[in-house]
Amino acid sequence: MELFLQQVIAGLSTGGIYACMALAIVMIYQAIDQLNFAQGEMAMFSTFIAWQLLQWGLPYWVAFFLTIAISFLVGIVIERVVFKPLKSAPVLSHVVIFIALFGILNSGAGFIWDFTVKTFPNPFGTKPLFGQSVISIHDAGMIVVISILLVLLFAFFRYTRVGLAMRATAANPDSARLVGIRVGWMIALGWGMAAAIGAVAGMMIAPVVFLEPNMMLSILLYGFAGAVVGGLTSPFGAVVGGFSVGVIENLAGTFIPYVGRELKLTIALALIVAVLTVRPSGLFGRVVVTRV
Amino acid sequence: MKRQGLYLLTAAALALAFGMSSAFAQKKYDPGASDTEIKIGNINPYSGPASAYGLIGKTIAAYFNKVNAEGGINGRKINFISYDDAYSPPKAVEQARKLVESDEVLLIFQSLGTPSNTAIQKYMNAKKVPQLFVATGATKWGDPKHFPWTMGWQPPYQAEARIYAKYLLDKHPNAKIGILYQNDDYGKDYVKGMTDGLGAKATTMIVAEQPYETSDPTVDSQMVNLKASGAEVFFNVTTPKFAAQAIKKSAEIGWKPLHLLNNVSQSIGGVLKPAGLDNSTGILSSYYLKDATDPGLTNDSGYKDWLAFMDKYFAEGDKTSSFTVYGYTAAQTLVQVLKQCGDNLTHANVMKQAAALKDLELGMLLPGIKINTSETDFYPIKQLQMQRFNGERWQSIGPVMSGDFGGS
Amino acid sequence: MAQSREWTNVHAALARPEVTLTIVVLTVAIVLPFAVKSFVLFQLTLAMIYGVAILGLNLLTGFNGQFSLGHSAFFALGAYTAAIMMDHFEIAYYWTLPAAGLICLVFGFLFGLPALRLEGIYLALATFSLAVATPQILKSTPLEPWTGGVQGIVIIKPDAPFGLPLSSDQWLYFLTLAVVVLMFVCAANLIDSRTGRAIIAIRDHPIAARAMGINIAFYKSVTFGVSALYTGVAGALGAIVIQFVAPDSFTFTFAIALFVGLVVGGVGSIPGALFGGLFVLFVPNIAEQVSKGLAGAVYGVILILVIYLMPSGSAGLVRLIVSKVTRDSVQQT
Repeated sequence: MELFLQQVIAGLSTGGIYACMALAIVMIYQAIDQLNFAQGEMAMFSTFIAWQLLQWGLPYWVAFFLTIAISFLVGIVIERVVFKPLKSAPVLSHVVIFIALFGILNSGAGFIWDFTVKTFPNPFGTKPLFGQSVISIHDAGMIVVISILLVLLFAFFRYTRVGLAMRATAANPDSARLVGIRVGWMIALGWGMAAAIGAVAGMMIAPVVFLEPNMMLSILLYGFAGAVVGGLTSPFGAVVGGFSVGVIENLAGTFIPYVGRELKLTIALALIVAVLTVRPSGLFGRVVVTRV
Repeated sequence: MKRQGLYLLTAAALALAFGMSSAFAQKKYDPGASDTEIKIGNINPYSGPASAYGLIGKTIAAYFNKVNAEGGINGRKINFISYDDAYSPPKAVEQARKLVESDEVLLIFQSLGTPSNTAIQKYMNAKKVPQLFVATGATKWGDPKHFPWTMGWQPPYQAEARIYAKYLLDKHPNAKIGILYQNDDYGKDYVKGMTDGLGAKATTMIVAEQPYETSDPTVDSQMVNLKASGAEVFFNVTTPKFAAQAIKKSAEIGWKPLHLLNNVSQSIGGVLKPAGLDNSTGILSSYYLKDATDPGLTNDSGYKDWLAFMDKYFAEGDKTSSFTVYGYTAAQTLVQVLKQCGDNLTHANVMKQAAALKDLELGMLLPGIKINTSETDFYPIKQLQMQRFNGERWQSIGPVMSGDFGGS
Repeated sequence: MAQSREWTNVHAALARPEVTLTIVVLTVAIVLPFAVKSFVLFQLTLAMIYGVAILGLNLLTGFNGQFSLGHSAFFALGAYTAAIMMDHFEIAYYWTLPAAGLICLVFGFLFGLPALRLEGIYLALATFSLAVATPQILKSTPLEPWTGGVQGIVIIKPDAPFGLPLSSDQWLYFLTLAVVVLMFVCAANLIDSRTGRAIIAIRDHPIAARAMGINIAFYKSVTFGVSALYTGVAGALGAIVIQFVAPDSFTFTFAIALFVGLVVGGVGSIPGALFGGLFVLFVPNIAEQVSKGLAGAVYGVILILVIYLMPSGSAGLVRLIVSKVTRDSVQQT
């Protein structure tokens, strides 16, 4: 029983990482209706920028917010420079561009900062929470940050005009344009916000997994899984999904005999596919009804 | 008449003798070698999930630049051709074929990774081109009977594991052992070495085996399981990033076992510092190379040579990574082999000289560790020195040990 | 009289640009092995194999609209089928091709059934999950006696049969060429048939298709199976040519590469698949030559440029050129 509890808690702390990522993924999905395969690399690159700022002597929180601002701008720039000219390309071509972006960011980070593991500071300290337990202050801090982000996002989308305009653009770009919304800039704004959230995710994750160019590879996959299970239209669902994936994976690895340890990832993915076949829009997702 | 015939015969015999001896003194080249250059091929993962290891290839390239700047080997410049295989075996096959058939190299040196090397092993042996000093510790590379053109370099993983097993049987014969290992050939090789080394006691002593994939973000779950198994000894078979995570997590969950760390991850700057020097105190490992981040080495001449090399020829290289020391020492080994070849630069002679290294000492090898090969012994480095980390540097414990192992 | 009409027919056929082009390409392909180095031949053989795999993906994603990012799994299945048959059961290599195809047909169909409920991005993720899980499954202990676990399986390369004066590389090239031609012709016939039209209809207007009485579930699952068959046969050929299979050969990176090949070659274009295969094999090498340290970045930039210049892939570009040329020639007459 104690092992079960410990694995659940450990799963929640890794799940926090996935939830961070899932949030960024859902953010950009809401803006452009596509999954950004380069989201992880953007987050990783932002974290390296933060690391570089820290190396140059800036205090942590200055570097933190400066990185968020830089990532926001870079996200907008990427959208305007790379995606806007290719707006008319078919959807599948867009996916290839994401893949290209992935390669550029990954290779670039490796070239500039090389592949050795780097430590990234932990703003919350590393002491365990409540003494000897499996969860640390950092994990708790991460959950707090995610919650703050969620609340901010919810408020933004629900209560601000810009948020409403973004939702309109994602739902029906043509009608939005007719109403006078600058659709192109809404999309760019979505990219900027996704990049900023990704930067936060990266800076939360790096202290745990250590900073190196390939750190986001698998986290992105788990983030996708969490986002999809939770529902791509629901930020809250994405976060719940992320935590669930972490816990399920840990429990599967510990308690399923014989193959559990080796096939952790497979089992987690199989469960996700199973959830999808039962509820194709995810647990909390809105079912989209299209007119015939 | 008869005397004239005798003179003619003697003259002919002498001419023949001179002819033959000058043939021996003649230079012999296979494709890849000439009067002015030696072409050396290499396959490394410069992209993809294993791209951290690409640092080895870059270090080797820088070292050969140094050799060329200092005159080359016997007057010949090294042309180092290195291709990326992204750790994918089909790509490795393609690159190996390119090196052998298109670039026509004299040998392939330090190709990295067991899958890639397994993929090209048959081809290299069929083509009779040396697959020399492969950059992996898998035990199966020292098999001259079946694969005479393939040779390993570093101490085989099983040998290292057996040394730990010997140590445990000696000092802690009833301890419970928990193993964290990477779920691939490298991790499994270590586990096999440990299991074989413990012999009959393996089943009672090993209480937990937790694998992880390189795609796992953390090893936290596995560490929790290991602690819960009641293990008192922790055999840590992980690559640098995961080793640091494991050490950190172990401290966080309050688990303080006897910690045996595999030598792939024993760099102070690359693993122990990120994990926390306090958390790493007391860790045991074994190694054959000097740790460049060891603060006690400042006056060591081997270290100073390496540092000078890095500063001059590879300033952008990461001095905290043990890969740079590894690549440097491996390259030095090859230079020795090629020097021994003299003017006879054929594939066969390269293998012959590689199998004829006697007590070779190199600057960054730990004192007492020497490279030895023979026609039946294709494991150049077999010795390891056990060490304990005292919070600042690695301290040697015990004598230099030779891991005895049974091959594959 | 009848003879001259036949000749007119042949003339008409030859006048069509696709036919002449195909004949030219085939001639070049047949002569090539005797003109180039065996290493280049090896690369071309691999490119053709990837082309067949991409064609399989094209049938599913391009013509049927089911977004799959997991075809590396079927490639792996075909490859391991071939390897296990040759290594464990000592069956000759030519039987492995139909066997791999059959097994993949079944597995593809079975995977297609639950996939029916998934659309677009969700299906992409489900298939991507399959691709990610494949190496883990191949390494797992229960399957290790068959798959060789992490060590993989080494295969012996076959020699040319009947004592033909061909090197092993040349023979495998011709074998692959024959398989490629066969499968491409089959695919073209399939697309041209009623089944093909049903498949395309499902992609373009699923509701209208259902209203017209097409059994969507059946066709979608069958297309999944056939698509897997194609990729599986390619996988078996790949195993024979490379002589080695290991879990690391079939990571999700390969699934992504197949997808890139699909888009670059041209979604919904059968000959485009070959261009995709060539692209996937050779362009990373070119990127590496440009810059070793930034090879990935260079490749990414090339991809973006390619999409920018040819948004619909190479097939789209060819169509554009052909339409411009024929428009000019029509205007001239």
